[in-house]
Amino acid sequence: MDQQLEASTLGMWVFLVTEIMFFGGMFMAYILYRILYPEAWVLGSHHLNVSLGALNTGVLICSSLTMALAVRSAQVSSRKGQIVNLVLTILLGSTFLVVKYFEYKEKFEHHLVPGPHFDMSLPQAAQQQLFFSIYFMLTGIHAAHMIVGIVLMFVILVMAMRNRFSSAYYTPVEISGLYWHFVDIVWIFLFPLLYLLGAHLGAHGG
Amino acid sequence: MSSHIVTPVRTYVVIFVSLLVLTAVTYLVATQDFGAMNTPIALAVALLKASLVVIYFMGVRYNTPLTKVVVIAGFFWLFILFGLTLNDYLTRGWLGVPGR
Repeated sequence: MDQQLEASTLGMWVFLVTEIMFFGGMFMAYILYRILYPEAWVLGSHHLNVSLGALNTGVLICSSLTMALAVRSAQVSSRKGQIVNLVLTILLGSTFLVVKYFEYKEKFEHHLVPGPHFDMSLPQAAQQQLFFSIYFMLTGIHAAHMIVGIVLMFVILVMAMRNRFSSAYYTPVEISGLYWHFVDIVWIFLFPLLYLLGAHLGAHGG
Repeated sequence: MSSHIVTPVRTYVVIFVSLLVLTAVTYLVATQDFGAMNTPIALAVALLKASLVVIYFMGVRYNTPLTKVVVIAGFFWLFILFGLTLNDYLTRGWLGVPGR
């Protein structure tokens, strides 16, 4: 059983490495265009809502704690602990997505979504449009990962309710936990890189 | 059968609080002007936070050496991607191109 858990953990990490490279490509695009258009990146960053970004960072860190505690509950064969922590994780993950929805809505209202309705009266509008393309790509795919994670947590929750996990066997909880923490790590990098990069240069959002 | 090391709740809470504190640090540092150092500091804090999550929340410290190698190799390849791409783009202006 131990060997099976080890093999599954290794397999999950191999998958997560492909995810690292997947997000890595998008981070590469971010780095490259930030080097090419540093001013536009600062201007674009000022349009993002730092408070909501910080709130979401906190929400995700809380969800990582509840996830870790859910895995721990499975390790000590606590059915109640698993259910409580998994429900909390699902709720926190959903909170993140709701906050993200309001952020996206604001971007649509302020004509900051790349496309025919982008506000071209902004300084360096073309380059800022590029910033927002990369912003929506990175956060959008991150949000998609969150949705997958929440669905995964529902599956694990149902399995936990049916008493499928104990200290002898908790591989699915552990593996799904790894995925959840990985999505948290992506956001840990997205928050300073997207929201905070121009904060010291006198922020005035709009 | 269950010979696994169960991390005490206290450890998880300590890591959780550290992550929140480091998030506050990132924010405070970002509002101060350190010139060219703002981004390196932000990245260093983010790397520290990511390491805490990987080592404690994801429990890599209890994993087999093989898994640890895979984890480290993953991040290593990411830096090869960044390094070699920037090696190209950042040096393009260094040499004149004949005929231009």
